[in-house]
Amino acid sequence: MKSFLKILIFNIVILSFYALYANMGIPQVKPEAPPKEEKLDLGSMTMDQFIALGDKIYNGKGTCTLCHNPVGGRAPVLDAVGSIAADRLKDARYKGKATSPEEYLRESMVDTSAFVVTGFGVTGTNDTKSPMPDVSTGAIGLSPAEIDAVIAYLQKKAGAEVTVKIPTEAPEAKEGGEAAPAAPAKTPEEVIAKYACGACHIIGKEQGALGPDLSKIGASKNEAYLRQAILDPDAVIAKNCPGAPCAPGMMPKDFADKMTASEMEMLVKFMVKSK
Amino acid sequence: MILTGIKKVTCLTLLFLLFIAWGGPHVSLQFSGVTVANAEEYAAKSEGAATEAAPAKAEGEKKAEYPPAPKLTEADYPKVKGFNGRIMIWLAAQLHLWFAAFVLAVPIFVLILEGIGMATKDERYDKMAYEFIKVSLTAYSITAIFGGLLVFSLIIFYPDFMKYMTGLFSSTMLAYAFLFFAESASLYIYYYGWHWLHDGFRKWVHLTIGLILNGVGTTLMFLANAWVTFMMSPGGVDPAGAFQGDHWAVIHNFLWNPLNLHRVIANIAYGGSVIGAYAAYKFLSATTKEDRAHYDWMGYTANVIAVSGLLPLPFAGYWLTKEMYAYSQQMGITLMGGIFAWLFIIQAVLIGALFLSANYYLWCGMARSQGAVRYTKYIKYIAVAIIGSFLVWFTPHTLVMTNQELKALGGPYHKYLGPLGIMPAKNTAVNIMILFTYLSFMLYRRCNKIATVSWAPAGNAAQAAIYVAAIANIVFLGVYHGYFTNTPFKVAASVPQVVSTLFVIIFCAIIDAFMYKGAKEVAPLQWGKVPDRSQYALFMLAISFTWLMGLMGYIRSGIRQHWHVYTIMRDNSVDAYTPTIGYAAQVVTLATMIFMAIVIFIFWLSNISAKKAH
Repeated sequence: MKSFLKILIFNIVILSFYALYANMGIPQVKPEAPPKEEKLDLGSMTMDQFIALGDKIYNGKGTCTLCHNPVGGRAPVLDAVGSIAADRLKDARYKGKATSPEEYLRESMVDTSAFVVTGFGVTGTNDTKSPMPDVSTGAIGLSPAEIDAVIAYLQKKAGAEVTVKIPTEAPEAKEGGEAAPAAPAKTPEEVIAKYACGACHIIGKEQGALGPDLSKIGASKNEAYLRQAILDPDAVIAKNCPGAPCAPGMMPKDFADKMTASEMEMLVKFMVKSK
Repeated sequence: MILTGIKKVTCLTLLFLLFIAWGGPHVSLQFSGVTVANAEEYAAKSEGAATEAAPAKAEGEKKAEYPPAPKLTEADYPKVKGFNGRIMIWLAAQLHLWFAAFVLAVPIFVLILEGIGMATKDERYDKMAYEFIKVSLTAYSITAIFGGLLVFSLIIFYPDFMKYMTGLFSSTMLAYAFLFFAESASLYIYYYGWHWLHDGFRKWVHLTIGLILNGVGTTLMFLANAWVTFMMSPGGVDPAGAFQGDHWAVIHNFLWNPLNLHRVIANIAYGGSVIGAYAAYKFLSATTKEDRAHYDWMGYTANVIAVSGLLPLPFAGYWLTKEMYAYSQQMGITLMGGIFAWLFIIQAVLIGALFLSANYYLWCGMARSQGAVRYTKYIKYIAVAIIGSFLVWFTPHTLVMTNQELKALGGPYHKYLGPLGIMPAKNTAVNIMILFTYLSFMLYRRCNKIATVSWAPAGNAAQAAIYVAAIANIVFLGVYHGYFTNTPFKVAASVPQVVSTLFVIIFCAIIDAFMYKGAKEVAPLQWGKVPDRSQYALFMLAISFTWLMGLMGYIRSGIRQHWHVYTIMRDNSVDAYTPTIGYAAQVVTLATMIFMAIVIFIFWLSNISAKKAH
């Protein structure tokens, strides 16, 4: 019995040490929530909003920065790819079908081995095969509209002319994507994600940089003002947008048609409490 | 005589396999409402449909026949008040896996021990092998209980997922069920027939049954592995998840073989560690010298088995990880560079604990022979090398720093210590740990012997030279690739490093075998004459293995993220998010406690059973 107890205590001490170490000895990183299924309203989107969407996809759902970052050296940094795409088309190693920089960028995301930057190919293939997956399929699964948004973002990022056009129709619903039909949101965070408020505003955990900062909006505006700002955004134009005065027509006007009453109320109450 | 015996075993095994093969094609396959007599007819049916109809029509029929993976909503996941489906399945799966690993591993080394006992005519091996299989027999029924709990939980909480998987794997699931009968039958005959089939030709029959038991058991595991790896790297289906008509492609998916190899080796290491814990328990409870000697010997043998599995395990794990990267770079980066990266620091602690425990046990074991005093002076150097390697493995790549600390360091990584956090340094550390553990084993093995061959000094010098050359090579490769190459080439050092390590082990083992042939015994081994604290090292091995397996199970499953079947079938349940490492550690700790409680209960059962027999 004495041995039994000793062994039992020994077991518990070791297991407790492991559990405590895993909880307190290393940083607890909370993984990101699975990507939400959202409906894009491309019809009322401005080019700046479209580029902001591309930024969001590039740094989020697209998981581009997992490899395309300056630290890991696993894939080329894409800061200038929007402007050097034309040179790639002239490169002797290019074996794709694109005829314009915009087509090259699109092709590079789906037919990833059409051009492999020197030193970044699969080992043993002499840079003829890229390890990058087709972003339109699999776990990433970007829709054509989302790919276009990323192209617009890359062109803007490189200081090149943004040649891509905003698609006129909403993309098809896609598993795991931003474009599938959305169920009514259940929390303010879901409302913010569903209607992409964060593409322009600083709100909740989102860090948009086009519209007014809403992180402390409840300190200066009341419930009625905020409700009106959603239903009729041009009724009162805010003064301070990042970098420039706010302009009429920037904010989509059809939230009254798209949002459910409960979503509207959740969002308004959330903003009122944001002080 | 041995050769004749092996022929007998081979013939008997072939007869059994022929019997299975004859029965195989007559098992009906059912998929999406289509029942056919056998796989060939099934394939012919598909081909016939394709040739008779126009291509477009055939395509349409194919799609209708093989539906894509369902797209689920939160409402598709039933809820049971008071139960969390994910935790329920997590616990059931983990406990099932631990027990299954144990009951699959034990027959492997029982068969080997029985064979050794037969060849050497040393009854001790036979007795020990019998005791091993006796322990695993109780665990066998518990494995089945947790397997049943797992299946019922999956059906209750994830019915649509199970329906999809059952549709794809109906044939393997049926095969699994039938093989389970074969496994049970062979295990019971093997165990209950141990004494009946003890002598003469009957012993060969017994060995054959043991071989069949292992063959069936391993096949069972491979089938279950196919389900698991399909969820990670689906094969044989189109991008929407619709079956393409080739069952083998579904089974033989991208990660199947790497996982098969990893699990076989890990099971052996794990089975050895649990048996070691059993021996330690019995040793500490023993009241007679004979019992202490017997269980000391059993514990030593179990430790040798566990370490034999532990040494190649990092290489098998490395291959599995490499294949994950090859299958999906995104999955690979999520594994090693995403939120799971910190888990490998915990893994380093566990691996360090495993290596130190195994070595500590060997060092304590030197107390069994007075001849060991010649080697005890080297222990401190081995300990320094292992702890140094452990610290390298323990070094994280990225540090959590304040802005001021970041500024003071000049970036997120330290110029000289930063590369210790990446693969070349980790590979270097693990290879050196393995080499020094093997050195401990070599010293232990020769502690009661003196080589009598004339070339012994030259043999020792050759071994020392090969050790120094291999370590220099491993360190050079680690430093060069760690500090002077770009990311895509960082892992290029791993294969030559592994080859160096394997070369040392094989080369030294061969030299030792010849050098100590007919060696003089300087002082006999006195089994039972080890300090009690050495037995806690065996417990440490078992606990650490168990906990580590649980945590690795979390990461293997977690890298699928919010997918039931990666990229094909999305998990839309409320539990689709990835839990934090701390939370996972709590669940794994709870599961380990349940597991250890049941294991100690089994040990206790075997104790009272022995008392009754006595």
